[in-house]
Amino acid sequence: MRAATHPFVFTGCVELRQALGLLALDERELLDRVREVPPDSIFFHTHGYFLRHRPVTTAYGNDFARWAAVEAHDLVLAERLAVVEPFSFPTLDGLREELVTILHDHLRGVDAVVRLPFARGFHFQQSHVVEVPLGPHVSTLAEFRDGLAAVDSSAIYLHMVEARARRGRRSGDFGEWLSSSLDMPALAAAIERIDAHLTTLERVRGRVLYLVEAALQEGGA
Amino acid sequence: MSRIGEYRHVAPQGTVDILERLADRVRGRRFLHVSGSRLGGGSAQALRAGVPVLNDLGVDTSWEVTGGDASYYATARALQAALEGGERVLTEAGLERYVETNKTNAKKLDLRADLVFIHDVPPASLVTERTAGRWVWRCHFDCAAPQHGAWSFFRTLVDRFDAAVFSLPQYARRLGVPAYILHPSIDPLSDRNRDLAPREREAVLTSLRVTQDKPLLLQVGPFTRGHDPLGVVNAYRIVKKHHDVRLVLAGHAEDDPDSREVLADLREAARTDEDVVVLELPADAHLQINALQRVATIALQKSTQERFDLGVAEAMWKGKPVIGGPTAGIAQQIIPHVNGYIVHSVEGTAFRIRQLLNNREQIPRMGAAGREHVRRTFLITRQLLDYLALMVHLTA
Repeated sequence: MRAATHPFVFTGCVELRQALGLLALDERELLDRVREVPPDSIFFHTHGYFLRHRPVTTAYGNDFARWAAVEAHDLVLAERLAVVEPFSFPTLDGLREELVTILHDHLRGVDAVVRLPFARGFHFQQSHVVEVPLGPHVSTLAEFRDGLAAVDSSAIYLHMVEARARRGRRSGDFGEWLSSSLDMPALAAAIERIDAHLTTLERVRGRVLYLVEAALQEGGA
Repeated sequence: MSRIGEYRHVAPQGTVDILERLADRVRGRRFLHVSGSRLGGGSAQALRAGVPVLNDLGVDTSWEVTGGDASYYATARALQAALEGGERVLTEAGLERYVETNKTNAKKLDLRADLVFIHDVPPASLVTERTAGRWVWRCHFDCAAPQHGAWSFFRTLVDRFDAAVFSLPQYARRLGVPAYILHPSIDPLSDRNRDLAPREREAVLTSLRVTQDKPLLLQVGPFTRGHDPLGVVNAYRIVKKHHDVRLVLAGHAEDDPDSREVLADLREAARTDEDVVVLELPADAHLQINALQRVATIALQKSTQERFDLGVAEAMWKGKPVIGGPTAGIAQQIIPHVNGYIVHSVEGTAFRIRQLLNNREQIPRMGAAGREHVRRTFLITRQLLDYLALMVHLTA
C-alpha cells in the first residue's frame, strides 16, 4: 500500500465564543453592524453555523438568515440571506460585501422595519478556535479512512471548513494531503467538490468516507 | 471504570478523546473555582459534577467557598438581585462590609492558580486581592439590564478581571474585558438525570403518590410568577375539556410573599381538582424530579422571566417534548416543531398540548430529537471542553 511522504494528523477543535457587545434590533441596524464588525464575526455567523448546525435543526444556512426568519419574521430577507454560499467567497470581506448588498437591496423596498426587544436582537459574536491534535499520525489511505471514521466531528469542520475559509488553504486539508503527500489528485479533487453547504458534518464525513472507500476498492492506494 | 470513562457511553463520539487531549495540554496548571456556597443549584450544582471529572482527567482543580456573617450574604444576595434588574436598597456600609469580608476571605483561602473562576456575586470582590494567574468572572444570571447604582459599583470589580463568562450573549453587558459565552449543562450521570431502573422509579413515584393511569403533564420549577405555574393550570383546564390528563407541578415556594401567594392559589386549584397535583419538594429532590420527568407525557416550562431553565434540557434528556416560554434561555434549547414548541400565552400552551395529544406519534419522535440535541449541546462534557479550551486560550 502506498505510504504518504508526510503523515496526516487529524486535529479536532473547540470553538470559544466571544460576545462583541454589538447588537442589531432591526434590519437597518443589522446592515450597519455587518458593515463594521470584525471579519471573524462574519466568519462565526456564516461558516461557523456549519459547526453548530445539527441534523435535527432547521437549516437556514447562516445565523443572519435564521434571525431574519425566526426573530424578525421577514421570510423574504431570510430566503435571500439563506442562499448565500459562504464557501464560494475567497475572502471574508467579499462575503461581507455580499451580505451588505443583499441587506441594502432588500431595505430599499421596505418602508418600515420592525424594532425588536433586546433579547430578540441579533447579538454579534466571534470565535476563537482551540485546536486539539487527535490520535496517531496516518500514512496510508486505509489508515486515513479508519481515522476519519472515528474522529470527533469537529475535525471534519477544522479540516474542511476552517482550513479553507480562515486559514487560506483553499483545497481543504484532506484534499491538500491526498494530492501532495499521497499523489492522488483525482480523489483530492472529488473531495474538494463535496458540497459542504446546508448539510451536516456527519454527512460530509460520510461522503468523504464513500469516496475514500471507492478509491481503496479500485486499488488506488 | 473511571468517572470520565462512564461519559464515553453518553457523550457524542470522540468528545471524551478531545477532553483527554485538552487535559494533556493543560496538565501542570492549576484551575481554581470560587463560589459563595457548596449547596443548591446553579453554579454549585455544576461544580459538584465538574470538579471531580476535571481531577479525574488529571487537571489539578479545586473549589473554594467564601464565608461571612449574615450581613455579608444579605448584601451579596441584594447586589445580585439588583444586577438582575430588581429594585434593591444597597447601602455604602453594606457594600463596604461585603468587600472587607472578602478581603478576610482572601487571607484564608488558597487563591494561587493559573486560572481562577469566580462564580457569581458573593466572591466577586476577591479580585481586589488577586495576585498571580488569570481571573475570570463567571456570571450565571441575566446581567443585561441591571439597576444602575448596583452596576456602577460592580463594574469597577468586573473590569479588574481578565475576562467574563456569560451563559448567553443576551445576558452580557458591554465590558472593558472580553466576554465569552458558555452555555450551562446537565450531568447525565447525576441522580437528577441518570437512568432509573423501573423498580426504583416506581418506588419514588409511589412515595410521591403519583399514579400513571392517564397522560401526565409536568412542570418543574419554583412556584413563582416568573415560572407561571398558574398559567400552566389555566392551560391544563383548557386541555382537560378534551383530554383526560393529569397535571403535576413540582417545585418549592421561594421566601417571599408573592411566591407564597402563588403556592396558595395552586393549593386551591389542587383542592378542587384531583388531577392537579402540587408537589412541594426540597431543592435536592433530584431522584424525585428524575422519576417524574421519566413518566411525563409532555414537559412544560412556561417561564416568562429570563433565565436559562435547564429543566428543559433535563426533560429532553429523558426523551420528552417540551413546551416552553419565549425566554432566550429556553429558545436556545427548544427547536420549534423539532423537539418542542415555544409558546407566548396560556392559549398557545393549551393548543400545543392538544396538538401533541391528538398526534401521539409526534411525542416519541420529538423526544428522540430532543435527547440528541441535548447530547450534542447541553451535556457536562461539552461544558468541560469549554472550560479547558478557555484555560488553553487564556493561560497559553
